[in-house]
Parts: sequence; structure tokens; C-alpha cells
Amino acid sequence: MELNSNAPAGPIEKSWETHKFGLKLVNPANKRKFKIIVVGSGLAGGAAAASLGELGYNVHCFCFQDSPRRAHSIAAQGGINAAKNYHNDGDSVYRLFYDTVKGGDFRAREANVYRLAQVSVNIVDQCVAQGVPFAREYGGLLDNRSFGGAQVSRTFYARGQTGQQLLLGAYQALERQIGLGAVKMFPRTEMLDVIVIDGKARGIVTRSLNDGKVDVHFGDAVVLATGGYGNVYYLSTNAKGCNVTAIWRAYKRGALFANPCYTQIHPTCIPVAGDYQSKLTLMSESLRNDGRIWVPKQSGDKRNPATIAEGERDYYLERRYPSFGNLVPRDIASRAAKAECDAGHGVGETGLGVYLDFSDCFKRLGAHKISERYGNLFEMYERITGENPYEVPMRIYPAIHYTMGGLWVDYNLMSTIPGLFVLGEANFSDHGANRLGASALMQGLADGYFIIPYTIGNYLANTKSEEYSEDAAAAKESVANVTAITQKLLNANGKRTVDSYHRELGKIVWEYCGMARSAAGLTKAASMIAELREDFWKNVRVLGANEEFNQSLEKAGRVADFFELGELMCIDALNRNESCGGHFREEYQTPEGEALRDDANYSYVAAWGFQGAGRPAALTKEPLAFNYVKPSQRSYK
Amino acid sequence: MKLTLHVWRQKNAQDRGRMVRYEVPGVNEHMSFLEMLDVLNERLIEKGDDPIAFDHDCREGICGMCGMMINGKAHGGFKGTTVCQLHMRHFKDGDEVYIEPWRAAAFPVIKDLAVDRSAFDRIIAAGGFISVPTGSAPDGNAIPVRKQDADLAMDAAACIGCGACVAACPNSAAALFVGAKISHLAHLPQGQVERDRRALAMVRQMNREAFANCSNIGECEAACPKEIRLEVIARNNADYIKAAFTERPETATGGAG
Amino acid sequence: MSAAANLPLASFWETTLGKKAIMAVTGVILFGFVVAHLIGNLQIYLPPEKINHYSETLRSMPLLLWGARITLLISVCLHIWASFALWRMQRAARPIPYVKKSNEHSTYASRTMMWSGPIVLAFVIYHLLHFTFGVVHPGGPFDKHNVYNNVVTGFQVWPVSLFYIVAMIMLCYHLYHGLWSMFQTLGFSHPVYTPWLQRLAKVAAILIAAGNISIPVAVLAGYIKPV
Ligand SMILES: Cc1cc2nc3c(=O)[nH]c(=O)nc-3n(C[C@H](O)[C@H](O)[C@H](O)COP(=O)(O)OP(=O)(O)OC[C@H]3O[C@@H](n4cnc5c(N)ncnc54)[C@H](O)[C@@H]3O)c2cc1C
Ligand code: HEM
Ligand code: HEM
Ligand code: SF4
Ligand code: F3S
Ligand code: FES
Repeated sequence: MELNSNAPAGPIEKSWETHKFGLKLVNPANKRKFKIIVVGSGLAGGAAAASLGELGYNVHCFCFQDSPRRAHSIAAQGGINAAKNYHNDGDSVYRLFYDTVKGGDFRAREANVYRLAQVSVNIVDQCVAQGVPFAREYGGLLDNRSFGGAQVSRTFYARGQTGQQLLLGAYQALERQIGLGAVKMFPRTEMLDVIVIDGKARGIVTRSLNDGKVDVHFGDAVVLATGGYGNVYYLSTNAKGCNVTAIWRAYKRGALFANPCYTQIHPTCIPVAGDYQSKLTLMSESLRNDGRIWVPKQSGDKRNPATIAEGERDYYLERRYPSFGNLVPRDIASRAAKAECDAGHGVGETGLGVYLDFSDCFKRLGAHKISERYGNLFEMYERITGENPYEVPMRIYPAIHYTMGGLWVDYNLMSTIPGLFVLGEANFSDHGANRLGASALMQGLADGYFIIPYTIGNYLANTKSEEYSEDAAAAKESVANVTAITQKLLNANGKRTVDSYHRELGKIVWEYCGMARSAAGLTKAASMIAELREDFWKNVRVLGANEEFNQSLEKAGRVADFFELGELMCIDALNRNESCGGHFREEYQTPEGEALRDDANYSYVAAWGFQGAGRPAALTKEPLAFNYVKPSQRSYK
Repeated sequence: MKLTLHVWRQKNAQDRGRMVRYEVPGVNEHMSFLEMLDVLNERLIEKGDDPIAFDHDCREGICGMCGMMINGKAHGGFKGTTVCQLHMRHFKDGDEVYIEPWRAAAFPVIKDLAVDRSAFDRIIAAGGFISVPTGSAPDGNAIPVRKQDADLAMDAAACIGCGACVAACPNSAAALFVGAKISHLAHLPQGQVERDRRALAMVRQMNREAFANCSNIGECEAACPKEIRLEVIARNNADYIKAAFTERPETATGGAG
Repeated sequence: MSAAANLPLASFWETTLGKKAIMAVTGVILFGFVVAHLIGNLQIYLPPEKINHYSETLRSMPLLLWGARITLLISVCLHIWASFALWRMQRAARPIPYVKKSNEHSTYASRTMMWSGPIVLAFVIYHLLHFTFGVVHPGGPFDKHNVYNNVVTGFQVWPVSLFYIVAMIMLCYHLYHGLWSMFQTLGFSHPVYTPWLQRLAKVAAILIAAGNISIPVAVLAGYIKPV
């Protein structure tokens, strides 16, 4: 298979403009006749559904939570980037583009990234107009802060709840369209299959989480904005319901899955406390602006941090990366923390933690200013750990947080199945091998507000709207597929709970395909996962029936897909014999322990195609060209 | 530690439901309340009993999906804390804990502790927004916003739509939730144009749902995990009263041009 | 909606907020009366002619008197009508009660407005029969022109006084919450002033009750005697 990115040629500054002009338009009178299915109501899906509704399309939107407002985007804390240069500190579209390509360790598609940087400025305008209460200065203008991996202040924020506020903006726009009848919302509804007819995505199959009813929804195009798959690790900063199911089932219908092994470990999370733990909590990266990270110089030093003198502390990020210091990108900060802990410098009961200390900052800015900036984060920390960060330094440890991989899409955000578009974290598009802080929100909203409304029109203008009946062979086959999976799970009637499998799977993936990976470990993990998966299908216990509110059944379906994904992640990681961004292969590092890329052999997107159960996935490569930002070894020293 | 739980079990909306008692030994003080229920559920499944259904997602107090009454207090009654953030260190060995779903006609039970809060979405759909179609926005800095206004708007906008205010209110009023959205948008210059319409539409929709009136009792404020203040209800009242008195029929000839 | 657009006031009445606003406005009027009435009543501590004269004066201004009476009557009706309409909604809004419910953060007064209000109403009805129409005046003969004696002989019957005292305590409860609540209902709330308003409301409620209660107590104690 040949992958055509459809990225326009010519000067990158003009490419989106030119491309947009080349896109066909749908006559306003005809828009209502096109039905678009949007799965997901997060920043990407919510923004898309609202914007498409505004344009006049007939939109049906789906989410598994009880309300579109609860999509996991709600949890983003830190902020959203935009190249506004309001602070006159030398920011520009080009610099945001540059930072993102470099931050992604030269594994992203330049044209996409440039467009992202361009529309970033419109996003902030749009959100302000919707009433997103961004932080302001006394003069009434928008405030900014700086964020990991950037040396300019371009991050817009609403306290520690930026994702919430942006999502509520999109949600309100979406509800407005629902009120006007332009969008029909299906909450508590899980998408379980894509219907492909004559090679085109023509609908989806869903299961109502309230009563188990399986339904067919046809549409002229299907948009998946179903978020990331970090929960393959079981413990992650993602919400419990985050899943790979939607995009995985699309993968099994022929959409290629790109770079599954690119996962991001976030450096500042609250360390794990025990094995009943169900999820990990992120402490916003913005804390690194004012907090200083350190460990005791003495390995195994378990003293109370207050009694450890300045000279006995190792501010290892400031030491190793003097110019970025505590603000190095996430992958680097995470690995550094792991290295310190592996060397016995870790703090806390488990030894898996480092200090994030605000005492200098209290002195410099006063506790009041700090609480204004981070008050809610400090409270959250105290609520969870029972420790007061105004008094003792926080303990943090890396945790899985974001997945750069996802369904492969072209410049139009269309997957390899025509008519199937993928937005937000669910696609692989803009972050390469590592995402910079505050740019997932930007990407989700860029995709939903400013890209899909144009590109989907072009697809629809070239497609005839078709009426299908539920008896269409493809629809029946998809329904049968969904029902069969459900029945198989219910009939296994084994001994172990779904969660126990998920936990075990997560441990394997974290251990061998987490912060550091090796060929031997990955090979081992792939076979361990395969084994565990077999056992799962035989020995899982899902009680109850399909025709009811059945949370175990929901989880079981998701975990089943995580097994398959986990295996593919290992295969992808094994294939990529280099270290880049979030993918760190122990065999490929510089003498100082930094990631060592292999541009000659691996400057490509690895897109995997499903070949049928039991058969290895097929690799297709999309070569990456860097015409603007020349690949170099990332240096944050 | 060991706890005794009394949990509301109800198979589906039609079932009458009842309280069921469970002994839960081996609870660790670092667990969250929901993790304690997870542990119980794992044990129930192993025994072949139907696990307790409860809504949750983010487990960090922001999505608003979780919510239950614990000993008669919404989310357990700890300041600024959702039940997913409530840790077991607040309980002690031998405690009896009563767990019930949000009770309100507007929030019918789906199963056990999970309720249907779609009434909230319908209230937002009626008017809880600023009409600004994608692409039509002026520059973000074109309209300065007083810092104080932005801060007050943010205070109100922090609402997570969990429904604890309704659950805690002796009247089952949605006043705090509605007031929060009204206040959020009323404090911003962007929200002024539709301010009257919004107040009228949201209040009318609220009344179409099965929420009763607010009597300014104040349990909601204490229960709100985001510490939304009663002030938002006053803001809503003021806006509604003004809008209702100045409301006039739309001009028959339509808009200008 | 169309009816609403034509008749703003009808639509105002239709919503819970509208009804509450009407309760608050009528509440203010009733409160105004209670205060004025208290001031009038306290003249009982002056020589008997004063209060009798006051009563005569009021009666000599029928326009004012009837204006006030009609306003009060309408207010009471609206206040009660609204309270019952809302009360029915409240009952319907939680069909299944909690097994356990804690209400630690609200005042008892705020949760019992629907008790204190009707008790006050019952009191007012009796009170009218007692002192205005004189038809149920167990203490002795009722003389329309001797308000002073009517009150004193009326209160010398201790069960009547007791009922008055209980009713005044209920009124106190009602105003304890109602007096600040009406500001909130009409849209006034402020982080600094509102807590003061709440305190002021409580003080006012207690003072009013104390002022009223002092009268039957003074009579029973023999401090005020019939003439
Ligand atoms: C704790 C945390 C903090 C973060 N902080 C930041 C930050 O400060 N800045 C930043 O830029 N990024 C941040 N991120 C990343 C960012 O929040 C996410 O990448 C982004 O919000 C994803 O948005 P989305 O719309 O793609 O997906 P989501 O918001 O996850 O939405 C997914 C939607 O799909 C629906 N869905 C999923 N599966 C199905 C299915 N099978 N059927 C039906 N519906 C389905 C869900 O119901 C939901 O509506 C953070 C992430 C986390 C976890
Ligand atoms: C002298 C008589 C009365 C006075 C001065 C009075 C005053 C008030 C005031 C000021 C309020 C507050 C309104 C608000 O919350 O905004 C109020 C509320 C209320 N009153 Fe009265 N009232 C009187 C009689 C009654 C009677 C007779 C009833 C009973 C039928 C009654 C029932 C109520 C109720 C139920 C409320 C609470 C309404 C709510 O907040 O939902 N009141 N009253
Ligand atoms: C102990 C306290 C009170 C005393 C001694 C008292 C006394 C009286 C007297 C003597 C009258 C008749 C006046 C006249 O006919 O000239 C009267 C009338 C009345 N009182 Fe009171 N009263 C008391 C408390 C109250 C309270 C608390 C209320 C209301 C809640 C109230 C409501 C009325 C009303 C409505 C009338 C009729 C007014 C009219 O003629 O229009 N009273 N009162
Ligand atoms: S106002 Fe508070 S209690 Fe009510 S829904 Fe919002 S966050 Fe929950
Ligand atoms: S508790 Fe209820 S009565 Fe009003 S102030 Fe809160 S909504
Ligand atoms: S689970 Fe999201 S707020 Fe509790």
C-alpha cells in the first residue's frame, strides 16, 4: 500500500491557504442532506460536531459518558499554546512550528505541524469569544505562562482547569446546536464497529450502555475523535473509560494504525501508593515553572527532606540541562527521574519518586501568588496524599499520559478508509514521537474547529449521499461481529475479573514498553501479552447480560482490544531500532544517555495494517521529509 | 480496617430497589472511596454476585461523572472533594457507611448508584452558551476583561455538572448549577448580548425539568465539590427578574436587513 | 412561549424564580406591616389613651386604612399561593426520600418555612377574630373603642398568651431566614454585605418576636393592668 499524505507542495506558509482554496465546497442547500457521524465529544469531537452543525450538516454525535461535557479533555490542566506573541518575546507561527517539530523529535509531518501553528491563533480567539475565562492581567488582557519544551510564554490557561474550560466552551457550542436540532446527541453509547461499504466508511454500530441495545447508524462520513489509548497501561493519567476500542475496530476494518509505540510519559504525576490503585493523577507540568526538582545526592537517603541541606541535594535537571533546566521536554524529564530512581536516589516509601520543591518560589513570590497559580493543584495533591505541599515538597514520578500514535491520517485528516476521518489524540498526526505540553488541546481544537469543517466538505462534495437499509450485508456483518464479541465475553464464564487482567496487562506493557524498551524485553512482552490474551478469552468472568447497564461488560470489550493493541505496540517498538521522543530503546542512546535517532533508516511513519486474526500486521511506511526544520539531535542543554 | 456498607441496589429504572448490607474487610487508608468500591466489586464478581454500578470516569474530581450520597452527604461531605477524590483515611475501623444514589425526580436511577443527569444538558442546550459560530471571533485581546470579572467568571465556570447541589438540596433545586452557568457568562463582556435571553431560557428549561425552586437553604453550597457560592443564585435571580420584566415580543418584521 | 411573549407578567409567575420574587416582595410588605404594627402595639406601655387614640386615628383615615388592608390582603394571598405552588413542586421533586440525609449546613429555620409560615397564618386568623372582630375574645367583653383593654384582658387568659408566644417564635423563625433570603431572591448578594445582612436579619427577627412577646408576658406578669 502506498500512503499519500496529500500534503500540498510549495512554500509551507501558503500551503494550507492554497489547499483550502482547492477544496470543493458543498452547496449550503445540500448540507442538510449529508449526515455526518461524529464519535467522541472531547475537544476534537465536540468542536467538530458543533462546527459541522453550524455549517448545516446533519450531525449525530456519540460518547460513552452520560454527557458530552465529561470527555477526558476535561482533565487537562496546564494550558493551550497559541503563537500570539502577545508578550513580545519573539514568538511566531514559525517558532511554534519549529518547536513542535523539534519537540516531536523529527517524526511528525511538517505540513501538518505548520498548519497547526497557524490556526493556533484562531483557536484562542474562538475560545475567548465563547466565554472561556482565560487568566487575565490587571489590564484586562490575556495572561500567558511558559510550558515545558518552550522558551517563550505562549501558553494560555484558565487556572489549573484549562481543558475543562475549553471543553465547556466546545460543549456549550455543541449543546447550542443540539438545542437547535442540528446535532443529535447519543450519550452513554459506545461505538463498537465501523460499517464499510464499497470501500467507504458509511456508518457505525453502537451499543447503548443503558440497555445494551445494538444499533446501526448510517452516515455519509464518519469522524472518530475518541481520544488516546494510554489505558493500555492500566495505570495512567487517563480517565477510566478512555479506550482504544473505537479506533481499534476501525483498524480491524482496514484503517492503518500509525506509530502505536509512541507513548508519552509525563514527568509530574503523584507516585503509586498501592496495588489497589485504579489510576494515576497528574500534577500539571506548569508546576515545573516554579518548582525545582531534586533528589538527595546520597543514594538511599531517607531523611525528612527539610533536614537535607542545600549542598546535599541534586537538582539534576538544572545540572544536566542548564539552559532549559526544569523545563526540559517531558520525555527527557521522565527518563531523568527514572534514572535517578534506578540509581537509588528515589524518595518516598517506594523509592519511586523525586521531589518537586516550591520553597524557593514561596520566598520569591510569596505563598499567596503561588496559591493563586497552583492553589487547586496543591489542594488536589493534599487530598490524595494527605501531605501539604506548602510545607513538604511534593513527591512526583512519571506516568503514562498521552499517546502520540493513532490512526494514520492524511493532510485532510482522513484515514486509509475513505470517509473515515480521525481527529484529536485518536490520530497520529502532529506530535511525532513526543508531544510538547499544551499542544494536545491545541491540536484537538484545531482539528475540530478549523480543519475538519473544510476537509470533510471536500470529501462529501465528491461523494454521493446513499441510502442504506439495515439489511445491507456490511451492516449485518458488523452487527453480527459486535454481538459475537459480546456473547463470547459473557459466555467465557471463567474465574478472573476483567480488572485483574487489565492490571496484569498494564504491568507488562509498562515494564517492557514503557519508559525504556529493549529488543529482548519487547519480544518477551509480545509473547506474554499473547499468552495472557488467550487466557483472558477462556477465563474471564463477566456477569450479567448484554441487555442491561453492565459495566463489567463495557470494560471487558475494551480490555480485549487493549490486549491486541499492546501486542502491536511491542511489535512497533521492536521494529523501530532507534530512540526518538517517547520511544526510548536502551540499545540506542548517546554516551550521556540521551535518545539516539537513526534518521537514515527510521525517518518514517510506521503505519500498520490489520491482516486478519492471527496474522502479523503489515507495515507501510510514510517517509518524512524535513524541508524547513533540519533534523538535529535535540539539545536542551 | 473493616467497614460495613449499606448500599442502594436497584437493578434498573423499573426495579423498586433496596438497601443491601456488605462487610468490607481489608480497607487501606490510602485507597480512594471508589477504589474501596472497586475492591468490593472484585470480591462480588468472584462470588458471582452482581457488582455495584456507579458512575465514574476521570477519578480526579473534574469530569463530574461520579457522585453518591455517603452517610447522607453528597460526595461524602468533605470540603471541595468529589467522591472519587475522597480517601479512606477519613474513615475508621468499624464505621457503618450508607451509600445512596442522588435522589431527585429529575435524576432517575439507571442502576444502583448511577443516575440520569441529562436534564442538566437540556438546560445548557436551552441557553447556557454564547452564540459564536466557529470562525466568527474577533482577536482574543480585542475586548479587555477586568481581571476581577475573569476571576469571578472562572469561579463559577468551575462547576463540573455533578449534580451534588441537587442531591443535597432539600428541595431538589438545580439553582446552584444553573446559577453557576449564568454567572460564568454574565461576568464576561462576551456574555452580555445574550444575557437576558439566556436567563429566561435556562430558567424556563429548568422548570420544565422536575427541579423545584430554591429556598436559599444553602446545603448545595456546602455540598458543591467546586465550592460554587450561593452568590451565583442571586446573580441568576437578578438576571431573570430583569429579563422577565423587560422581555418584549420579537419584532414582526424580523431583523434589520 | 407565545403566551409568555404576550404577557410578561404571566410568564414571570409561571417560573419558580418568578414565584419566589413575588414571595419576596410580598414578604417585604408583610414585614413592613409587622414592624409598623409592633411599633403601634408597643404603645401599650404608654397610658391607655395613647393606643386607643392611635387606633381611632387610623380608623379616621379610611383611605389609608383600607389601602393598607387591601395591600396586605393581596400580599398575603400571593405569598401563600406562591408558597403552596412551590411546596407542591418540592414534594414532587424528590419522590423517594433518602434513608440517610444530613443537613448540617443549613439553618433549621430555612428548612421549616413551610411550617412556620402556616402557623403564622393560623395565628393571624385567630388574631383577627380575637382583636379585630372580637368574636373569639375569651378574656372578657370586647370593646371596639378600647383597644387597650381588649389586649390586656385578652392576654390575661394564659392559654391565649401561650399561643401568641408560640406563634411569635414561629414568626421569628420565619423571618430569621426570610429576611435575608428575600435579598438573595431578588438578586442581591455580596461577599461582604450578605453575611452582615444575615446577621441583621437574625437580630431583627429576634427583636420583633421579643417586642411582641413582651406584651403578653407583661400582662401575665401583671405589669400592665386593665383600666
Ligand atoms: C490529566 C491530563 C492532563 C492533560 N493536560 C494537558 C494540557 O495541559 N495541555 C494539553 O494540551 N493537553 C493536555 N492533555 C492531553 C489532552 O487533554 C488530550 O490529548 C486531549 O484532550 C484529547 O482530546 P480528544 O478530543 O482527542 O479526546 P477525549 O477528550 O479523550 O475525548 C474522547 C471522546 O470520545 C468518546 N469515546 C471514546 N471511545 C468511544 C467509543 N468507543 N464509543 C463512543 N465514544 C467514545 C468519549 O466519550 C469522549 O467523548 C492532558 C491529558 C491528561 C490525561
Ligand atoms: C406576617 C406574615 C409573613 C411574613 C412577614 C412573611 C415573610 C416572608 C419572607 C420575607 C420570606 C422570604 C422570601 C424569600 O425567600 O425571598 C418568606 C418566605 C416564605 N414564606 Fe412567608 N411570610 C409571612 C407569612 C407566611 C405565611 C402565612 C406563610 C404560609 C402559608 C408563609 C410561607 C412562606 C414560605 C413557605 C416561604 C419560603 C419560600 C421559599 O423560600 O421558597 N409566609 N416569608
Ligand atoms: C403580641 C403581639 C400583638 C398584639 C398585641 C397585637 C394587637 C393587635 C390589635 C389590638 C389589633 C386590633 C387593632 C384595631 O382593631 O385597632 C391588631 C390587628 C391586627 N394584627 Fe395584631 N397584634 C400582635 C401581633 C400581630 C402579628 C405578629 C401579626 C401578623 C403576623 C398581626 C397582625 C394583625 C392584623 C393583620 C391585624 C388587623 C389589622 C387591620 O385591622 O387591618 N398582629 N393586632
Ligand atoms: S454547582 Fe457544584 S454541586 Fe452543582 S453541579 Fe456544579 S459542581 Fe456539582
Ligand atoms: S440547598 Fe437548595 S434551596 Fe437553594 S440554596 Fe441550595 S438550592
Ligand atoms: S470521576 Fe470524574 S469527578 Fe469523580
